[in-house]
Amino acid sequence: MENICIPSIQDFKMNQAARWCPGCGGHAVLAAVQRALPETGVKKEKVVFVSGIGCSSRFPYYINTYGFHGLHGRGAAIATGIKLANPELSVWLVTGDGDSMAIGGNHFIHLLRRNLDINILLFNNKIYGLTKGQYSPTTPKGSVTKSSPDGTIENPFLPGELAMGAQGNFFARVVDTDVEMMKNVFIQAARHKGTSLVEVLQNCVIFNDDIHAEITRKELREEHQLFLEQGKPMIFGKNRENGLIQEGDHFKVVKIGENGIRKEDILVHDSINPDDTRHYMLARMTLPQYPIAMGVIRACNSSVYETMLYDQIRSMRSSSKILKMDDLLTSGNIFKID
Amino acid sequence: MKKRIKVIERDEVVVKFAGDSGDGIQLTGAQFSDTSAFLGNDLATFPDYPAEIRAPQGTVAGVSGFQVHIGAKEVTTPGDLADVLVAMNPAALKANMKWIKPGATIIVDIDNFDSRHYKKADYIEDPLKDGSLDGFNVVEAPITEMTRDVVKQFGLDARIADKTKNQFVAGVLFWLFNRDLKIGETFLRERFKNKPDLIAANLEVLHAGYSYAETIEAIESTYQVKPAEKGAGLYRNITGNVAIAWGLLAGAERAGRRLFLGSYPITPASEILQELAKMKKLGAVAFQAEDEIAGVCSAIGASFAGCLGVTSTSGPGLSLKSEGIGLAVITELPLVVVDVQRGGPSTGLPTKTEQSDLFQALYGRHGESQVVVLASSTPANCFDYAFEAARIAMEHMTPVILLSDGYLANGSELWKIPSMEDLPAIKAPMVPDNDSTYQPYKRDASTLVRSWALPGQDGLRHHIGGLEKADITGDISYDPYNHEKMTITRAEKIARIASHIPSQKVAGEPAGDLLVVGWGGTYGALYTAVTEMQEEGKSISLAQFNYINPLPANTPEVFKSFRKIIVCELNLGQFSSYLRSVHPQFTYLQLNKVQGLPFLISELKLKFNEVLGKLEK
Repeated sequence: MENICIPSIQDFKMNQAARWCPGCGGHAVLAAVQRALPETGVKKEKVVFVSGIGCSSRFPYYINTYGFHGLHGRGAAIATGIKLANPELSVWLVTGDGDSMAIGGNHFIHLLRRNLDINILLFNNKIYGLTKGQYSPTTPKGSVTKSSPDGTIENPFLPGELAMGAQGNFFARVVDTDVEMMKNVFIQAARHKGTSLVEVLQNCVIFNDDIHAEITRKELREEHQLFLEQGKPMIFGKNRENGLIQEGDHFKVVKIGENGIRKEDILVHDSINPDDTRHYMLARMTLPQYPIAMGVIRACNSSVYETMLYDQIRSMRSSSKILKMDDLLTSGNIFKID
Repeated sequence: MKKRIKVIERDEVVVKFAGDSGDGIQLTGAQFSDTSAFLGNDLATFPDYPAEIRAPQGTVAGVSGFQVHIGAKEVTTPGDLADVLVAMNPAALKANMKWIKPGATIIVDIDNFDSRHYKKADYIEDPLKDGSLDGFNVVEAPITEMTRDVVKQFGLDARIADKTKNQFVAGVLFWLFNRDLKIGETFLRERFKNKPDLIAANLEVLHAGYSYAETIEAIESTYQVKPAEKGAGLYRNITGNVAIAWGLLAGAERAGRRLFLGSYPITPASEILQELAKMKKLGAVAFQAEDEIAGVCSAIGASFAGCLGVTSTSGPGLSLKSEGIGLAVITELPLVVVDVQRGGPSTGLPTKTEQSDLFQALYGRHGESQVVVLASSTPANCFDYAFEAARIAMEHMTPVILLSDGYLANGSELWKIPSMEDLPAIKAPMVPDNDSTYQPYKRDASTLVRSWALPGQDGLRHHIGGLEKADITGDISYDPYNHEKMTITRAEKIARIASHIPSQKVAGEPAGDLLVVGWGGTYGALYTAVTEMQEEGKSISLAQFNYINPLPANTPEVFKSFRKIIVCELNLGQFSSYLRSVHPQFTYLQLNKVQGLPFLISELKLKFNEVLGKLEK
């Protein structure tokens, strides 16, 4: 007999295998989601996965929950309708860098601005995979792709910057090579009230292999990733000897023990601070000057759209004399003819 | 001693109010309509706004109008030409001269007829003195000056004081139509209940206008329009846009589903969004989306989760929603798309009416994607067809496009209020929890409708989406024969709805010389023209279509009983072209107009008489 209250990993697995390329980062993300869901405490029938179009957006077919595979870029709008229709549902939006940053850019920013309680998993492989290798809005400038044979001449978006510019209150970054990191961050994203955006740095083995290798390679990852935890100093490196301090308007990477720097001098991560200045700075850090910030960069509480909407509905229903159609039809200026 | 005033009893009178868009024309019009309704007249109204919010004052482009047609008999249009014109400035006079009857009463605000004003309206000379108004009954009233005198005592600033001018006009009309001022007072008290300081000033101006009309001896006669003989019951004056909002609410309530509207503001459909935004008290959610696409996609998402998903728009917005409607076709979810048509293409004539989105509604999508298309034909029956759209969308799990137009949207008429229990039940194909026989694309054998299982329900987990579905299971399928089967099934599902809609009715004899065919918002003009010609002894009938796709099953039976068929529409011939493809065995004559204006009864009769004349030879 299946246990309805506490679902297990098996509950979220489908009988058929995911049809992503062998070695695609998608497989690891799927595994991490299947591990995270039982720990969110949400009944499996209450979970809905929504997507747009692209490799990432096949995700709903591979997980055993309610699912809606939508239109290119429009997953955010479909998810919004689902959440507003039934706020009790745990709604996840799976999207890619083309789906959410290009064709669906408008819906993406407005979802964050409204702050519905929806979890976004953004698979950022910096390339169009399903259409076989054109550059995307996150492709690094100068990259040679099928649609940029002489190198792109566009400046890429940084999803974190865009999210915070749209007043997003939760932004996290993970790598597809670390299932445990993904699982933990996905759980935090699910528990956050409001729109949470998790950028997954994902590898596309076919069209953009090793795009994130500088960040993910075993021998480099500890030097090149700064994993952030709420209330803890921002320290990284093989021997945990590097840290961030603020110097003027900028962060500076320093070595603990050198030039009189003590561990207490290292900045402490404050993801819940409504002021997003430092969250911006963290999201924008790039190699080689800085490590790449990973984990939950921003997780600030703010009023949630559907909560306010249903509060208004309850308030109107408790104060109005017009509660059903017959009341409405006979309200206001009516004329009786005998 | 007072002059004796002649009271003329009339079956119907058309009054046109015109002035700058800031003159309170719409308010005066609404007040006059409500008073008429209160006195039992039948009525139809039509506001005429400029496209700009405040076009330059005093220019013809800035004229705002409101036409009211009241009658002691059935009224189905706002009227071709006015019996009474109120012109607040020379531009208002100029814009309306061709829309008034010979000998009409023209009330002008003489204070605005100086050289500065008439030059702004591109008159070379003062139109009151150049002889162009000979033969009309012109009342030159110092409306601005007298209003300012009256409100001086209230210490209002000049701008607010001038805003009460419209009540002076209202007072004149109360006298002209022999009406009890108390009705006007009640209207004002209700209208300004949140601005009590304005009530006294407006009341004083209303009385001043009445006394002025009574005192001057410029008006030779007054009108009396008796109550219309309508069935007993409760009535209200309703515009097409409000009626659509209410019809959708009624459909959702009858089906026991929450109404979700995802919509982006667009003229002339925005009032549907605004009206539903006020309906949280009925549990409705009106979501103002970031664009037209998000409007339709959020509605589809809401339908997936168990609401009646609706999106409202006008032509350009319908274009943007096309891809989304295709998604609703393949996912087979309920969706109502309201298109309040306006002059197109592109921004076109945003505040004017047209019927040129029919092809877009029928064919404007990629792939083989049939949807149901309905059209409302009067402001009040916008309620009925919005309810029908909701019923068909939910009972048949399909998108339904409801076509209204700018003329119906803003026009109003007196509507006999229905009771909810009189409306048909709506039975959506819901699924009980843990139904082990549930499969996402298993269908009802007779209607071909799939079931509606909702996220959150126990034991019904499934996926839907835009990829082709395997028959019954709904799994992704690229199988060629499955795709053909599903395509045919989706089309057949829509075709079978013909068995679940009423037969096409004919106004007049069911057989004869000429059948006038119309659809949607042209009903009032076509009906009036046809009935007037029937009274003249002509063999002419009207078939006004509300169900466009599928067409009512008896359509060929209706057509074959007439010697000639003429299809009248406000486009270049979209419905006639559609009829030729569905029922090619008939010959369809055409009468088309694309001026952003409704048909005139006079032009319709001219054409019908011409057709009948040829027939007799």
